Amino acid sequence: MLGNYALVEGALAAGCDFFAGYPITPANEISERMANRLPAVGGKFLQSEDELCSIYSVTGASLCGAKAMTATASAGFNYMQEGLGYASSVEAPCVIVDVQRCRGENYATQSDVMQMKWGASGDYEVVVLAPSSVQELFDYTVEAFNIAEKYRIPVIVMSETTIALMRENLTIPEPGEIEIEERDRPEVPPEDFLPFSPNDRGVPPMPSFGEGYHTLYSLNPHDEAGNINWDPDTYENMYERVLGKIQDNIDDVSIVEEHFADDADTILVAYGSEFRPAMDATLRARDEGLSVGLLKLGTVWPVPEKELAGAAEAADTVISVEMNVGKYTREVERVCGPRAEVRSVTKNRGSIHTAGEIYSAIKEVS
Amino acid sequence: MSDIDSYREKLRPGSLPHFFCPGCGCGQIMNFFLQAADEVDLDFDNLVAVGGVGCTARIPVYLDADALHGIHGRVLPWATGIKLHKPQLDVVVFAGDGGVGAIGGNHFIQAARRNLDVTVIVVNNLNFAMTGGQVSPTTPSGLNTMTTPYGNREERFDLYELAHSAGATFFSRWNTFHYQQATDSIKKALNHEGFSVVEILSQCPTHFGRYALGSGEPTRGMEWIEEKSITISDAHELTGEEKKDKFVLGDFYSEERPVFAGSTVYVEEK
Repeated sequence: MLGNYALVEGALAAGCDFFAGYPITPANEISERMANRLPAVGGKFLQSEDELCSIYSVTGASLCGAKAMTATASAGFNYMQEGLGYASSVEAPCVIVDVQRCRGENYATQSDVMQMKWGASGDYEVVVLAPSSVQELFDYTVEAFNIAEKYRIPVIVMSETTIALMRENLTIPEPGEIEIEERDRPEVPPEDFLPFSPNDRGVPPMPSFGEGYHTLYSLNPHDEAGNINWDPDTYENMYERVLGKIQDNIDDVSIVEEHFADDADTILVAYGSEFRPAMDATLRARDEGLSVGLLKLGTVWPVPEKELAGAAEAADTVISVEMNVGKYTREVERVCGPRAEVRSVTKNRGSIHTAGEIYSAIKEVS
Repeated sequence: MSDIDSYREKLRPGSLPHFFCPGCGCGQIMNFFLQAADEVDLDFDNLVAVGGVGCTARIPVYLDADALHGIHGRVLPWATGIKLHKPQLDVVVFAGDGGVGAIGGNHFIQAARRNLDVTVIVVNNLNFAMTGGQVSPTTPSGLNTMTTPYGNREERFDLYELAHSAGATFFSRWNTFHYQQATDSIKKALNHEGFSVVEILSQCPTHFGRYALGSGEPTRGMEWIEEKSITISDAHELTGEEKKDKFVLGDFYSEERPVFAGSTVYVEEK
């Protein structure tokens, strides 16, 4: 199946019932398949007038109880940053897909990896998942909805031209085999309900519009009752909780795969489609007896610091592999730098690394 | 006819005092809405009040209903998501001339084109007030504002022309002088199925009054708007040039057209 289609199937399997999107390549197949599939399962599709309408209609639907998603590509993701900040602030669960592309053309890149985390004004935490295959476009999209619902946050699926337009085998589990999370709902009547009072995960239970809970969702700092409140303590506490609910549960949102990383001298770190050539290079090097392991980051934000630090602890060298000018390497350097030498292997030419290119980098340090 | 206590019950507990300047029209217009809502028995459990950023955008914050607030100009995208997912909800948007005429202009046009089933109450105070009195797309030509110190050299938007040509199915315009007519038009808009717009010209004594009119007196602002206001039938007697600096008031039109339910709606094949 085509990668973009697999992502749609994952969204539907997770219960997605609202989608809005504005045309942009290479994300169009997501909108097209959603337009076809969603109405038949009782959902609503909107071709928006722009990406701002996409993200805000998704937010509006989410606050009505929808499992809502939008999809775009790099340039369109710029426009969504404002709405990403709002969704994070009022804790509206939603899923945003960014099929990364080069500026102006649909060549392969991972150059939005920083925009994922740092693009909106103000303070926020998002979870960003980076699938590396058609199967993972399905699996991670299910996971994205689950994390969004569980923590009431926007979750970003950081796709890429490479995998979005690739066809591979896809195994769709039987519906009962897929674990589905639903947002916590209020257990008290409206008169006793504080809309921003958290559960033990730091996440407030969430009513839907029209249920009598009269909730105000303002971007402005708000107290537990939802009232706008510029008291400095309220401001500080609100952001501590909104950021803390992710920071305190980082293990629960981290997808990290370790391949031969236990006692390797050299550790590769890769995410997204770059995992594929990195894995090939690792296997080739190991065939030749080199001590090489690979850490695959399925979650790139928040940075899985524990796993990165653990892998670096036993290694001499960490090689950060990515398809841009070396952006995420700074994070790898921050975490692994005190423990091992960090090298950056980048490719910023509109195409994915070959296994040979990465293998050469391994040879240089082995 | 209800007394004022029944309106107070519709205000969000703990949200007062409001932050409108003394003499601002927003408080009046919130009152018009509360009276209209009361008279049409609008169920506040079923209401989503939507405001963006600005003076008008604060009105939803004071209403005891589900409400959105805090992003400039995106009121209609929010409303679109809400109405598509839960069409049974009543959605009322409170927006200023900046929210629908400037930053949210395209959203306004597209929502009108789709005939989204929402009511938009536009408080047109003829300038960007919360930010300190800058020119807006509805500021009349020639006037001074903080960003047109030598006079506004741009033509103003007529929101009726904009809404009508975009496909809105209901439009009325009043000013804060005409409280009974404005309230009646809000009632009609709330009962209208489709994209309904009620524009209310409003005095802004703090900024527009002081910079454009040379007076911070609220009554001067109201009088200035009222002096330039004419009825729809009066307007028919005037040439385009004569109408240029007038505000035409009245219930412009109401028509029926299918409301928007999503870009594709599944119809079972026979």
